[in-house]
Amino acid sequence: MRDSPPIPSSEITPEETFRNRRFFMKSAIWAGSTLATAGLYRAFSPHAEVRNTGAVIATVAESGVQTSLAADEKVNSFADIAGYNNFYEFSTDKSAVADKARHFITDPWSVQVGGLVKKPSTFDLVELHKFESVERIYRFRCVEGWSMVIPWVGFPLSQLLKKVEPLSAATHVAFESYHDIKQMPDSIYAGIDLPYVEGLRLDEAMHPLTLLATGLYGKTLPNQNGAPVRLVVPWKYGFKSIKSVVKITLMDREPPTTWSLANPGEYGFYSNVNPTVDHPRWSQAHERRIGEMGARPTLMFNGYAEQVAHLYAGMDLKEDF
Amino acid sequence: MMKLSADSQFHRQLFLFNGLLPALLILIDAARGRLGVNPTEFVTRTTGVLTLVFLILTLMVTPLRKLCGWNWLLKQRRLLGLYAFFYGLGHLLTYLAYDRDWQLQTVAGDVYKRPFIAIGMFSFLLMVPLAVTSTNAMIKKLGGQRWAQLHRLTYYIAIGGVLHYWAIVKSDVTWPRFFAVLLALLLGYRAVAGMKKARSMTPRAS
Repeated sequence: MRDSPPIPSSEITPEETFRNRRFFMKSAIWAGSTLATAGLYRAFSPHAEVRNTGAVIATVAESGVQTSLAADEKVNSFADIAGYNNFYEFSTDKSAVADKARHFITDPWSVQVGGLVKKPSTFDLVELHKFESVERIYRFRCVEGWSMVIPWVGFPLSQLLKKVEPLSAATHVAFESYHDIKQMPDSIYAGIDLPYVEGLRLDEAMHPLTLLATGLYGKTLPNQNGAPVRLVVPWKYGFKSIKSVVKITLMDREPPTTWSLANPGEYGFYSNVNPTVDHPRWSQAHERRIGEMGARPTLMFNGYAEQVAHLYAGMDLKEDF
Repeated sequence: MMKLSADSQFHRQLFLFNGLLPALLILIDAARGRLGVNPTEFVTRTTGVLTLVFLILTLMVTPLRKLCGWNWLLKQRRLLGLYAFFYGLGHLLTYLAYDRDWQLQTVAGDVYKRPFIAIGMFSFLLMVPLAVTSTNAMIKKLGGQRWAQLHRLTYYIAIGGVLHYWAIVKSDVTWPRFFAVLLALLLGYRAVAGMKKARSMTPRAS
């Protein structure tokens, strides 16, 4: 510096200006970095805003189906149920599904029922809503270790199956979800093969607790919960309750199911809620009920043992997990 | 007046605040009940990801100095490393509180039963000696070379962290892969730099 030619005093930035400029730069860096850090945090933090905008579904009272909860169990809020969804076709981020499924087209819709049946049929929305709807308040246990209590609206799957008259050779029921890359662009990140497929044994499908749900909280299903029609099997892990069903096929053998195809060591065909059989990466003995802080013990068959245990008499549930 | 790139007090304040900001936002959201439907899952996942973020930032210092000449970053590296430890500790505490319900006697069994927990726990434990030896006095005591050698454990901690993240994801590996690629680039840079150095130091055959 000492050897460089002297700078004319007119070109030296006055100290005042220099300080101002430095102050401005520092302020800009402070503001920019704070906004960037907070913005990144916000982008990854949950902020689903959900409202129950569905159409009201009339339900009839029913007797004889026991679905009662324990005294300390509360029904989860609509915001919980519609703001936290595993629906990999839209996003693998449970808090992002509601927003990404906002424009999902569920009308018109048709469910194709076929395979080993006497009367293959296609049910559109009008026909689906002709079934007498009931409200069923069920526990919902996700394989990930959290659970909710959900007031479903729908009708027993058995009613629909009786209409198509399964042949005596039929032993299993296969289900398939809607999949369209145009409506579900983020499904390329799902990491599982789509369309999503699921299956039940015929006796499980005919069980009075097994529901085809068309609504919750008295109104038609929000898109993110599997509109317009989904399966609900309350004694099995949530992933068995396939969403946005378009195809039901009666078969004479066990159908392939998405998660057991993706990872056969971790997910079996039956996937009954069972506190004594751990998932390889986490315990299934307890669950975190959404809305509660502590853990709850997980109940055998999710608390529906009295109704469904007989379906598995003589089976080794550690083998057939 | 000094250049902005030499104003280490400014850098310190900037890094200190931005590193703490996610923790502050989590606390603010918690106080307002805005951590989403499953707060424990969100806090566990976020503290885990932040640990990885700060490990990666720590490992970015050397390449940025060499490639961009940002030598001023070196003075802030310790802070970045300590933030990795800070969020790692937070992650461990959420695991003990929510996954284990403070039943500490079950931790050993869980580590034994679940490999991804073992990897995470091991990586965290490796961070402890690095945090302990992060003071100037400890650097002096150990001597620069031994200190640097010890702190190369960061490479293994980061590898462990990425494996731990990859192993818990159910099927969508987008984010674990993002961290894996970053880490591979950062470690690859060092491997190449190390080989070049070794070659230039080998005496030529006469």
